[in-house]
Amino acid sequence: MSWETVIGLEIHAQLATRSKIFSGSSTAYGAEPNTQANLVDLGYPGVLPVLNTDAVRLAVKFGLAIGAQIAPRSVFARKNYFYPDLPKGYQISQYELPIVQAGSLQIRLPDGSLKTVGITRAHLEEDAGKSLHENLQGASGIDLNRAGTPLLEIVSEPDMRSPVEAATYMRTIHQLVRYLGICDGNMQEGSFRCDANVSVRPQGQQELGTRAELKNLNSFRFVEKAIEFEVERQIDLLEAGGEVVQETRLYDADRDETRSMRSKEEANDYRYFPDPDLLPIVLDEAFIAEVREELPELPEAKRARFIADYGLREDDVDILVASRPLADYFEAVAGTVKDDPKLAANWVVGELSGALNRDGVDIDASRVPPHALGELLLRIKDGTVSGKLAKEVFEAMWAGEGGADEIIDSKGLKQITDTGAIEKIVDEVLAANAAQVQQYRDGNQKVLGFFVGQVMKASQGKANPRQVNEILRKKLS
Amino acid sequence: MPTARPTIAELAGQLAAGDTSSRELTEATLARIEAADADLNAFINVCAEAALAEADAADARRARGEAGPLTGVPFAHKDIFCTRGVTTTCGSHMLENFVPPYDATVVARLKDAGLVTVGKTNMDEFAMGSSNETSYFGAVRNPWDTACTPGGSSGGSAAAVAAGLVPAATGTDTGGSIRQPAALTGVTGLKPTYGRVSRFGMIAFASSLDQAGVLALTAEDAALVLQAMAGFDPHDSTSTDAPVADYAASLNNELKGKRIGVPGEFFDAGLDPACEQAVRGALAEFEQLGASVVDVSLPHLGLSVPTYYIVAPAEASSNLSRFDGLRFGHRAAGAETLEELYKKTRQEGFGAEVKRRIMTGTYVLSAGYYDAYYLKAQQTRQLIADDFRQAFETVDLIAGPTTPTPAFRLGEKTDDPVQMYLNDIYTIGVNLAGLPGISVPCGFADNLPVGLQLIGPHFGESVVLNFAHQYQQATDWHQQVPGDAP
Amino acid sequence: MSLSRQDVEHIAHLARLKVSDDELDEYVDKLSRIIDLVAQLSSVNTDGVTPMAHPLDIGQRLRPDEVTESDQRELYQENAPDVVHGLYRVPKVIE
Repeated sequence: MSWETVIGLEIHAQLATRSKIFSGSSTAYGAEPNTQANLVDLGYPGVLPVLNTDAVRLAVKFGLAIGAQIAPRSVFARKNYFYPDLPKGYQISQYELPIVQAGSLQIRLPDGSLKTVGITRAHLEEDAGKSLHENLQGASGIDLNRAGTPLLEIVSEPDMRSPVEAATYMRTIHQLVRYLGICDGNMQEGSFRCDANVSVRPQGQQELGTRAELKNLNSFRFVEKAIEFEVERQIDLLEAGGEVVQETRLYDADRDETRSMRSKEEANDYRYFPDPDLLPIVLDEAFIAEVREELPELPEAKRARFIADYGLREDDVDILVASRPLADYFEAVAGTVKDDPKLAANWVVGELSGALNRDGVDIDASRVPPHALGELLLRIKDGTVSGKLAKEVFEAMWAGEGGADEIIDSKGLKQITDTGAIEKIVDEVLAANAAQVQQYRDGNQKVLGFFVGQVMKASQGKANPRQVNEILRKKLS
Repeated sequence: MPTARPTIAELAGQLAAGDTSSRELTEATLARIEAADADLNAFINVCAEAALAEADAADARRARGEAGPLTGVPFAHKDIFCTRGVTTTCGSHMLENFVPPYDATVVARLKDAGLVTVGKTNMDEFAMGSSNETSYFGAVRNPWDTACTPGGSSGGSAAAVAAGLVPAATGTDTGGSIRQPAALTGVTGLKPTYGRVSRFGMIAFASSLDQAGVLALTAEDAALVLQAMAGFDPHDSTSTDAPVADYAASLNNELKGKRIGVPGEFFDAGLDPACEQAVRGALAEFEQLGASVVDVSLPHLGLSVPTYYIVAPAEASSNLSRFDGLRFGHRAAGAETLEELYKKTRQEGFGAEVKRRIMTGTYVLSAGYYDAYYLKAQQTRQLIADDFRQAFETVDLIAGPTTPTPAFRLGEKTDDPVQMYLNDIYTIGVNLAGLPGISVPCGFADNLPVGLQLIGPHFGESVVLNFAHQYQQATDWHQQVPGDAP
Repeated sequence: MSLSRQDVEHIAHLARLKVSDDELDEYVDKLSRIIDLVAQLSSVNTDGVTPMAHPLDIGQRLRPDEVTESDQRELYQENAPDVVHGLYRVPKVIE
């Protein structure tokens, strides 16, 4: 039998606010345990939540970016369960009336095809704290710094049909939230997390199969691998005459397998009800219009514009628009170079990205700012430095040795364009290689490359290659 | 002392005239509590040292010419309000040793106004009760008859005011917890509109119903205290920024031409005849004062007790989940697993009535029952609120009894929670609708005080205080002093 | 409508309350009486009635995104029954 895989994702994006969703505590990552947990975050008797305006604003921004309905009235609910990292014994979330309803997102699959994924809803909620187990002699310790951090839970329709589609969707959401500036997307710090609902059904069947919820998928690769494993597990189970149980499964990256989390299963009666401490969020048209004004150019629009306006190759554009800062960087370089966006793109995709990756530096912290790279490219354009030596100049700039002109000067990398000087080197090379000159004249054209190499070497790479070619041909003819 | 139970207004006059000092008043108050409270059990915690320091500060403030109308007057807080550095138990073993690191907004505002907190008053555990018998610290006794309950849950505050231990005290009212004990102890108890007073720092029972208010000897005193308590609080997003009226300014408005609606539903078979007689007498008094009394109907009022006993326990079951033994409060010893820790901690920390309500609330929210109970109750709540809305289209005020009977005997209703719940039949609808209400003494039944309940429209505190004050100008029921009070 | 012992045990578990065997019958009795009381609502026609979650029919007031808190861990943990290295200690959490 052939099987169809059905996947829906729930993505938790930590909203980039300074303070928590319901308290004035800092959301900064990495503080000493419980130093950023105030009375509200600790669920002290008598305290009350007060909603952060920016959490609402960022959620609305996301909703507008996916063409969703922004609920004019949305409601917070309490999700009740006992867990030590959940101080109040309930999580404030949204249930029946989420702030963002019914949107969609176009994703571009690796084969270049497009697919639209429905987004059922996106709702605001508070994060829980963390349980730690090290150096506690068999006990656990609770750190509530993360408790109350604002999250946007983005719930997709079960529209994805393969692990690759799921990973692509996750990447596209990741790209989008960073474009919007609503989430830093840092997966190591848990700012962007994903759970997957996975089921299989016989090809052609309408009804959905029983699904398993996979947790702890904190990288794009894990999403793909965990779903691959889970799909295989479910198919094996069904083909052996078994049944899939609806349950939560944890992905273990070390063993590359999913396993049942029975402990979480037994008491999942969350008893949702409207939070009586929080009145409905009522949003008017003016507020929504104001947020709409703040929307940046979105990735797909930018992609189309880069192709149309700059005439760049699609694969280069895909790299450039992957993140907004990289795209902005490129545009700044292209603006300096003016008539040669392809050169700018080649350098940003090539040398610059290579250096950033190699040294693990963020584009925002690039050691070569866009205008400096632009200056270097201008020196290539006007013939001051060869394309090849420009890479050496770039490395020196990256190492902080100065600007393009300064380094070209100090290292003497200026291209030799003086015909007389080049002719002199050519003469010397020809004189020193009489045998090869004879070969050329006997009809072996390939030897020309040898002479070019020798001239470039003698000029320490500084001779203008085009002129070298011309002069060689003339002298050898 | 000119009278056995001086009012805030009288004490303020003496302080302003320099006839007494806050220290003198506070020392006398502490002495009265010392003498009387062994019988009454109105206080869970008396903070003598802190009170005397506050009194001295109040006297210094007066000397600097910075005293307000409440500065230096002794006062008490229901032990549901968090007080920084002072144990706040909420009447529960769970919080027996809980010392809040912050002041409730109500506490902070009254402190700013210069009231001197002499102690924290006894209450039903987590405000769940109508007789003060669910307190972990023992029942409070009614100063009119110590075999009787003072009502609840603000029974300690009511008894303390009735016995003249303090001139006024805070209370909270979720289903009648200010008005009912005020009625049963013969004092004045004001529950403001939901949202008028901040709930921040008030340990939550049922968040959509809870409201802080005051128990005092007169409507005039209640107005003075409310003035200092009321107003928007950025820490409570359900508090309203609607302007706070000048409550004292309207106390003396004439009632001529005003319309009082009397719902037939308040005079059903369950109402004690002597109570009915006292209430009818009060209505006649209002007619003497120039108001007209007309019939109104609240056809869904009968649904208020079942509605309340779904909504309130549901909210409570969730609000009380934070008491898990991890960050504050009681923690069971010897639990080896997390689940055991939770279950033992909560078994030991909560009393029987609190556990019943947590379980009731858990049940009505649980899978398969939500629609039949919780959602249904939200709808019947709307019907009840609509009844009040309609009635207020034709009348200025609604009046009736506060309770069906005068104070009952301690132990009389402890075996049947439902009988206990029905004691709040006239007060609960007001909470469901979020309206302001006041109970004022209007006579006696079997030598026990009877309360008249006056209900206003949303944010109509001025209206109920005006009616109550005019009534107290014309009558002296509120000046009757318990025979066995010190 | 009366509750069974199993119902009460299940509710008590959801609410993380330990109920000993000798307490169970009393809970069954009293909770059943309470449920009988509240079940009176089932006969009320509420078709088309908007559920009322809150006494105030207004929208929520929001606060600006500002960090207003500083580290008060020491003070806040004075009430904590068991703290180690600034963490709230609990029996092992099994995931």
